[in-house]
Amino acid sequence: MSAHVTSPEPAPAGTADTSRPVLSVRDLRVWYGTPRGPVRAVDSVDFDVRPGETLGLVGESGCGKSTLGRGVLGLAPEGAAVDGEVNFRGTNLVSLSKKQLQELRGPELGLIFQEPMTRLNPLMRISEHFAETLKTHEPGLTKDQVRERALEALRGMGIPPSRYHNYPHEFSGGMRQRIMIALALVLRPAFVVADEPTTALDVLVEAQIIRILADLRRNFDTALVLITHNLGIVAEACDRVAVMYAGRIVEQGDAREVFARPQHPYTQELLRSTISLSTTGLHYIPGAPPDLVEPPTGCRFHPRCPKAMKVCAAVEPPDVLLNSGSTSACWHQAQNIAGAIPPEHATDGREPLALAEEISVADEA
Amino acid sequence: MSKQSGSLRRYVLTRIGLAVPMVLILLVLVFVLMRVAPGDPISAAQGGHLTPAQLAQKRHQAGFDKPLILQFWEYLRSVLTLNFGTTISDGRSVSSIIVQNGGVTLTLAVGAVVVALGLGVPLGLLAGRYRDSAGDTVTRVFAIVTYATPVFFLGLLAQLLFSSHLGWLPSSGQADTLVQLNVPTKTHILLLDALISGQWDAVWNIFQHYLLPWITLGLLIVGVFIRMIRINLIQTLQGDYVEAARARGIKESDVVVKHAFRNSLVPVVTVLGLQIAMLLGGAVLTEKTFNLSGLGSMLINYINSRDYIAVQGLVTFFALVVVVISMLIDFINALIDPRVRY
Repeated sequence: MSAHVTSPEPAPAGTADTSRPVLSVRDLRVWYGTPRGPVRAVDSVDFDVRPGETLGLVGESGCGKSTLGRGVLGLAPEGAAVDGEVNFRGTNLVSLSKKQLQELRGPELGLIFQEPMTRLNPLMRISEHFAETLKTHEPGLTKDQVRERALEALRGMGIPPSRYHNYPHEFSGGMRQRIMIALALVLRPAFVVADEPTTALDVLVEAQIIRILADLRRNFDTALVLITHNLGIVAEACDRVAVMYAGRIVEQGDAREVFARPQHPYTQELLRSTISLSTTGLHYIPGAPPDLVEPPTGCRFHPRCPKAMKVCAAVEPPDVLLNSGSTSACWHQAQNIAGAIPPEHATDGREPLALAEEISVADEA
Repeated sequence: MSKQSGSLRRYVLTRIGLAVPMVLILLVLVFVLMRVAPGDPISAAQGGHLTPAQLAQKRHQAGFDKPLILQFWEYLRSVLTLNFGTTISDGRSVSSIIVQNGGVTLTLAVGAVVVALGLGVPLGLLAGRYRDSAGDTVTRVFAIVTYATPVFFLGLLAQLLFSSHLGWLPSSGQADTLVQLNVPTKTHILLLDALISGQWDAVWNIFQHYLLPWITLGLLIVGVFIRMIRINLIQTLQGDYVEAARARGIKESDVVVKHAFRNSLVPVVTVLGLQIAMLLGGAVLTEKTFNLSGLGSMLINYINSRDYIAVQGLVTFFALVVVVISMLIDFINALIDPRVRY
C-alpha cells in the first residue's frame, strides 16, 4: 500500500492514480480435471498490475501462461476450477457470476488473442463485429455513434474506413490482428491481457503491434499483461516481468533488473537459451517441464536445476523479496533468511543434490 | 457494398457458365449408356411380335437407323426444347409426363425436405448444445436408425401402424378419388390447385394422404442432418471466434445463436444439395410404396415395359434437376458465406 492518502472516490479521467494496482491477483489457482487427477495449470500465483503498466509473463510452452491470462478474466475453459482472488477495482472477479463477468469483459477487461486468422466470425462483416460489441455494452448508442466509435478505433490501428464493411477473409493476418485489437479496445478497458499477440505474425507487423500496445498504455493508462515467450519483446515493451515455471511465478520484478541480474536459476537458464546475433552455440535447459498432475516435490524446477541443493527437492522455497525489489522463489536466496530452512534439513540442506539422492528422496516420499 | 454484390453477380455468372459443359457431359453419358445395351429400343420393346420388315419400318420411324451422331443431335435438340422425346410404348411426349406426374414428385420431395430440416435442424442443435446428455444419446440413435432403415421398409411399417392398425391416415394415393375429380387442374400440383381454388376440405384430405410419404422420405435423410449439425455445433462452440466473442463480453445467448448456430448451419445447405439425389432415388421407392403416380412410379413402369426413350427422357430430366438444384445450392451458399464468392 502506498504511503500517501488516496481519496475513496475514483480518480478523475486522465489523472489515474498510477501507484494503486488496477488488478491484484492473490493465490490464484486454476485446476483442470483429468482422468488421472487434477492438472495444476496455475498454482498459487500473485501479481499486481498498475494503470499504464505492462507486465510481461514469460515461460516455456505449457507452463500455464495462457491459463493464467484466461483465469484472470474468468475465461478458463469449462470444467476448470478457479480459486483465489483476482481483485479488480475492489471486486473479486473469481466470486462474480457468469453474467457479471460478461458485463465487465469489453468495457473493463479485454483479451487479445494469438491467432488473428480465426478469431473473427467469418460470416460477419467487420462493422457487425463492432456493432455487436458496442451495442451489447452500451445499448443506447445510435447507428451513427456506433459507426463513429468503431471507425475511430480502427483509424487508431491504421485500418481505413473504406474497409469497414468488409468480411474478415478480405484482410491479411496483420490487419486482422489490428482489427482484433481495435475490437478489444473499442470500449477502452482498463485491464487487457495480450496472449502472444505477435506469435503468428512476421517481424515487421510484430514491431507495429508492439508499438500499438506501447501507445495504448501511454495514451489511455491501460494496464497490460503481455504473455509471450519472446524475451526480446519483454525487454522492449514491458515495465515488469514475471517468469512462470510449472504453474508458478518463480521470479518477478523490474524488467531491466531481472534481465540484467536474473536471480532464479530458471530465469538464468531461460536467458542463456535466448538466441541473438552473438550466439555461438545453442544453449537449452535439459529435460522438459514437469507433469502438472504430479509435480515434483519441493521446488518444481529442482530436477532440471544445475544449482539444486538437497533442500530444494524436499521443501518448496518461499518467495523472497530482494533488495532490488524483485521477488524470487529459490532456496539460494531463501537459505540466508534465518529459520527458513526447516530444522530437519538444516544440517545437510545446502549440499548439492546428486541424481542418486534425488531418487532416494523420491522413494522416501 | 457495391463491390460485394458485384463479386456475387460474377460468381453466379461463372457458376452458370461452368454448368454448361457439365450438362453436356451428362447428356453424352445418358445417351451412350442407353445405346451400350445390345439391339435397340424398338426390338427390345416389341421384338418377337413383329416381322423383321415391320421392325425395320418402326426403327426407321423412330430414327434408330440414322448415324449415332445424328441421333445424338436429335436427342440434344429434344432436350434443349425441353421436349425429351416421345415414348415408344404409349406415344406420350416425355414433357407431358413430366408436367402431369411431376407435381406428385415435387410435392413429395418438398414435403420431405421440410420434414427433414424441420426435425433435423432443431434436434441437431439441441443434441450439440447439450452433448452427452440422455437426449443427445437418444437423438443420435434415432439418427442412425432412420438413416440405416430402407425407405420402403419404413414406408410399409408406417402404413401398417398408422393406416391398418390405428386407422388414422390413408395408406395410398394422393387424395380420395372424389377430391381428385373435384379440384380443378391448373398447376398439375394437386395440393397447390386445392389451395388456389380454396377447397380447404380437399387440402386437408391431400395433406393427410401425403403425411406418411413425407415423413417416410424425410426420415431417410434426416439422420444425416442431425449428426452433421450436432458435430458442427460442438466444433463451432469450441471455436476461436466463439471464445473471442465471449472475451468481448457478448451475451451468452448471442454467442450461441449468432456465432455458433449460424456457422454450424452453413454446411447444411451443401449437404442438402448432396441429399437431393438421394431424395429423388428415395422418392421413386416411396411413390411405389404409397401408390403415388409421380415421376418415380412412371420411371419404374417404363423400365418394366422397356421403353428406352421414356427412360432416357426421364433420367435426363432427373439429372438436369440435380444439376439445377446443386447450382441453386451454390448460390444460396454464396449468399450465406461470403468466403465462397470469388
